Amino acid sequence: MSFYNFAYLDEQTKRMVRRALLKAVAVPGHQVPFGSREMPLPYGWGTGGIQVTASILGRNDVLKVIDQGADDTTNAVSIRRFFARTAGVATTTRTAEASVIQTRHRIPETALREGQIVVYQVPLPEPLSRLEPSRAAASEMHALGDYGLMHVKLYEDIARLGHVSISYDYPVMVNRRYLMAPSPIPAFDNPKLNRSPALHLFGAGREKRIYAVPPYTEVRSLDFEDHPFRLTRAPQSCALCGARTSYLDEIVTDDMGGRMFICSDTDYCAERREKDAAE
Amino acid sequence: MAYVAVKGGERAIDAAHAWLAEERRGDPDVPEITIAQIGEQLGRAVDRVMAEASCYDPALASLAIKQAQGDLIEAAFLLRAYRTTLPRFAAARPIDTDAMQISRRISAIYKDLPGGQVLGPTYDYTHRLLDFRLADGAPPADDSPPASALQDMPKNGAEEGAAAGRMKPVSAILAHEGLIEEDDVADAPPGDLTREPLAFPAGRDLRLQALARGDEGFLLSLGYSTQRGWGGTHPFVGEIRVGEVAIEIDPPELGFPIEIGDIIVTECQMVNQFKGSKAAPPQFTRGYGLCFGHGERKAMAMALVDRAMRAEELGEEVIAPAQTIEFVLSHCDNIEATGFVEHLKLPHYVDFQSELETIRRLRREAEAFASQDRREAAE
Repeated sequence: MSFYNFAYLDEQTKRMVRRALLKAVAVPGHQVPFGSREMPLPYGWGTGGIQVTASILGRNDVLKVIDQGADDTTNAVSIRRFFARTAGVATTTRTAEASVIQTRHRIPETALREGQIVVYQVPLPEPLSRLEPSRAAASEMHALGDYGLMHVKLYEDIARLGHVSISYDYPVMVNRRYLMAPSPIPAFDNPKLNRSPALHLFGAGREKRIYAVPPYTEVRSLDFEDHPFRLTRAPQSCALCGARTSYLDEIVTDDMGGRMFICSDTDYCAERREKDAAE
Repeated sequence: MAYVAVKGGERAIDAAHAWLAEERRGDPDVPEITIAQIGEQLGRAVDRVMAEASCYDPALASLAIKQAQGDLIEAAFLLRAYRTTLPRFAAARPIDTDAMQISRRISAIYKDLPGGQVLGPTYDYTHRLLDFRLADGAPPADDSPPASALQDMPKNGAEEGAAAGRMKPVSAILAHEGLIEEDDVADAPPGDLTREPLAFPAGRDLRLQALARGDEGFLLSLGYSTQRGWGGTHPFVGEIRVGEVAIEIDPPELGFPIEIGDIIVTECQMVNQFKGSKAAPPQFTRGYGLCFGHGERKAMAMALVDRAMRAEELGEEVIAPAQTIEFVLSHCDNIEATGFVEHLKLPHYVDFQSELETIRRLRREAEAFASQDRREAAE
């Protein structure tokens, strides 16, 4: 890979991305436009996250990559290989050992600590996009802090269905100022962002936006006093490790309605089983 | 367990790639296609890939087509992902299409004009009958012209035009009478949406850049929609020209421009009706299309959409998709589009699981309400 720079991107591009990241950290939840590059992986496969990771990775970093909570999903394997090949950094599946965790659709179950960075792959950075398709109009709403449209949407859900019908990519208010899309993590994961000791960086490659939640920032899932935000998970416990509080994947085991529920976070599940086996 | 098939697989990826390579090669008894063959014999495909990749390199585009098994969007993607890593050592001077070495130049608005009509290599007047002789690599069909037909034609452009060295665009004839708007000449260096993210409203420089690398099919349909009443602009093909232009750069240490190579481009100038406004008298307006290689369909569609997107600037009502700048620019890039559409193939089971739980909860409650209603009705 000697034809390519460390971690694929050239240093000027990395510097440009890091400038966007610094601005994003300085204004939590605010979407910063950046000169997103074409990457050798397709848009939608995590080009934003990959550019962020490439720009912050150092030779001593330990990288973990997950998709749907798992280290062994095909896209996670592919991205981990990409950085192992282009940057030669150490990789791990252990959440606790990783200094940088790139993720698609989940936040690890294991509590994050200071110094860790979580990089999110973001398909649609604009939380208002389903309500206001024009990005020009949406950025004006952000500038004015005018989020009435979103509150009306939540209100209408409650009036019609009794609940907010958003189950993933559930909008959050960051630092009481910006409405932010937490990326398509299940709403179950939203509380993990609130006052998290880790740094959370969000990269949207196709939409060319970067945003961030710095450590210990208040992140509130949007709700109403009389209809507080509620977590949703399958009520079962994990069939492999017995966890009762982790987020579960539903596995269809036959065509007779057979189901099995297992942890979506494979590292968390494996660690619990190892501990059980040791005892 | 079914789940093994979805999660997991370093081995699965390796096996898939090996299978793909085998499929790409096809039957090993059939000779392998060469890059040179693609470049020489599938030129229009190579041109399209170079245009949509924004990278003029026929050899690499041919390689990309071979690697992508002829999937041209995939090929453009390969070439773009290569282009993005290239250092930029200079910005070229604007190309001078008046000085083009013309292989084709036609106008639909004047029967004859300075420089002449040069039909050039075109499918326009071919009969679309499958030529079965081509299948065997055989001599041309009986009704195809003798090779001497080519020798009767002036090569590389009409003689008068070539002799003059420069051929003014047709729009210059209209401009001479003041019947067409002035070309807007910007002093500022043009933007580059591959370096800076697009912001709206986007200037015409960025719009043209986006269109030049935009998907030919998407622009064709949008252009077509303007002809069918969705943002009509009453277009005429002022001129289409195809040929070679020189690329020049200004090395600062030299103080004069030097030529670094030639590229083939297709340029289209549409002439559109304009009824006039309070500020401007009735006059013709312009739509402009330019793309790498021989791509008339692309250049024409681009010119239609360029003009349609000028609706607001010209005080026309913006009602149709082709006139909506943000809509067109946000969706014309096929690499972005194919990525986001095809990413739906990636696993979404975490999100789907949360949808399952939500819909189950909603249904439980709906049933509870329904049975309560039934009880109340019974009482």
